Amino acid sequence: MDRVDILIIGGGPAGLAAAIGAYEAGARDILVLDREQELGGILKQCIHNGFGLHTFQEELTGPEYAHRFIKKVRAYGIPCQGETMVLSISPKKVVTCVSHDHGLQHIQAKAVLLCMGCRERPRGSLATPGERCPGVYTAGTAQRFTNLEGLMPGKEVVILGSGDIGLIMARRMTLLGAKVHACVELMPYSSGLKRNIVQCLDDYGIPLLLSHTVVDIQGRDHVTGVTVAKVDTNLQPIPGTEQTFPCDTLLLSVGLIPENELSKMAGVTLYPGTSGALVDETLMTSVPGIFACGNVLHVHDLVDFVSEEAETAGKNAWAYVQGELTQAERIIVETGFGVGALVPQLVSREPLQPVRLMFRPRNVYRNARIIVEAGEQRLYEKKAMILAPGEMVNVVLPVEKLSALKNAESLTVRIEVSQA
Amino acid sequence: MKYELTCINCPMGCRITADYDGKEVTNIEGYTCRRGLLYAQSEITDPTRMLTALMALEGTHVPLPVKTDRPIRKALLPKALEQIKSTRAKRPVRLGAVVIENVCNSGANVIATAERL
Ligand SMILES: Cc1cc2nc3c(=O)[nH]c(=O)nc-3n(C[C@H](O)[C@H](O)[C@H](O)COP(=O)(O)OP(=O)(O)OC[C@H]3O[C@@H](n4cnc5c(N)ncnc54)[C@H](O)[C@@H]3O)c2cc1C
Repeated sequence: MDRVDILIIGGGPAGLAAAIGAYEAGARDILVLDREQELGGILKQCIHNGFGLHTFQEELTGPEYAHRFIKKVRAYGIPCQGETMVLSISPKKVVTCVSHDHGLQHIQAKAVLLCMGCRERPRGSLATPGERCPGVYTAGTAQRFTNLEGLMPGKEVVILGSGDIGLIMARRMTLLGAKVHACVELMPYSSGLKRNIVQCLDDYGIPLLLSHTVVDIQGRDHVTGVTVAKVDTNLQPIPGTEQTFPCDTLLLSVGLIPENELSKMAGVTLYPGTSGALVDETLMTSVPGIFACGNVLHVHDLVDFVSEEAETAGKNAWAYVQGELTQAERIIVETGFGVGALVPQLVSREPLQPVRLMFRPRNVYRNARIIVEAGEQRLYEKKAMILAPGEMVNVVLPVEKLSALKNAESLTVRIEVSQA
Repeated sequence: MKYELTCINCPMGCRITADYDGKEVTNIEGYTCRRGLLYAQSEITDPTRMLTALMALEGTHVPLPVKTDRPIRKALLPKALEQIKSTRAKRPVRLGAVVIENVCNSGANVIATAERL
């Protein structure tokens, strides 16, 4: 059996930054595995600009952003094995993978970093009614077709879901000569960035139908039309509000799910709030020596934060290998009013570094306050003019604040909305 | 002329209204912060966009992703796109290589955003 200090599963932005983080902390025996031929993960197909503003103060496209990290990984000489599918991970950190070049391999790692990213919610999880005919794609699949394979999924398009990927694809399909009839959103607001709504929809006169959903898909051999209707406050379609768009393509942009099949095999405990692993502030999962970061841990909207998080995870994995991560006593972080998808869910009483908490507001809140408290004691409070589910909130707690909490059993993160 | 726009700087998405006579923007209303005010002024007087697109690459059906190396005037987007569509890049292409110089006299070059060696 092969042996390695640090094994990284996935060579997207998370895997790349984790490798860099581990290397810069001192690790030299690192291996990155990815099922694709090229490194870069989902960024390879995200050819639009908008990446890296936070890290590089520059607006890069996905491939350009990935390139900066790939260059570094190459310069450090970190081995990356592509076209290698990881099949399983055991709780003892034996990773089984298969590839054309190496056949079946079992690799014993001292630490494993889960960096598998996420996948798109498919049609099946939505129970959209209508025919099961070809012509329905997830937006990311369509993006792969157009941007990596030079194929057009269709010419007359309706998009369900107004998250950023759906918006980006509305513009891409238009630039490639398709007619996008509408972007249909179930909620009364879009979770996409305002910038994308203006520059991907408004610029091209594509209507955004809020509080609407798809109620029927027509077509036998291929999609011929999509019927949408307005929904009431319980998100139920209102009879009599239907309108039909003749089209050949329906793109779904209805959310992402962390890709955790391998994590489950390794015995990692998952947290329902994120559908990712339960982790502490070092990003270690419930299985000692297995760490998680990037979209497999929780769905990020900004790749900059993926890289930051993964670099931390990589450093901590090396600290673990060296026996420097002691299993200190940890307290639970609970979600109070308005707080969803919180990471990490456990924090040490004596953290080595300031602790970063990340979460998504459950709704749109105006004139709100973000509060972190332990019983009566306030650790953090910050005003926010607006909070929205589309923008992840970051809170950094200094070490002293946590070590001062001698007896607290838990922390609570909550949002308070002041009465206007 | 009356302008109505949505500020893109943050999730507030302020609805900003203003008047513009071709020379001066007046009566700017609805913004909450300075960034909104600046956005309204530039978006009304000189709206610009980065253009990202796909260019054909000789000898393969796999397209080459490209972008303008700076934002160009919004009104130039369709023409610039046409020029990109009618151009065919040749291998090897390095990341950052100029594939069209001064596209549509915009002052911007179109550059490759991926490597095809
Ligand atoms: C369509 C789309 C548009 C986006 N637009 C923006 C944007 O404009 N700005 C921005 O900042 N962010 C954007 N993002 C978000 C950003 O791209 C992601 O946050 C980031 O790519 C996540 O990185 P990751 O490494 O966790 O996952 P990924 O990039 O998905 O990488 C995961 C890697 O793991 C590999 N893998 C998975 N399972 C296995 C296995 N079993 N064996 C081997 N390898 C495996 C995959 O092949 C892949 O290479 C976008 C995301 C998507 C999907």
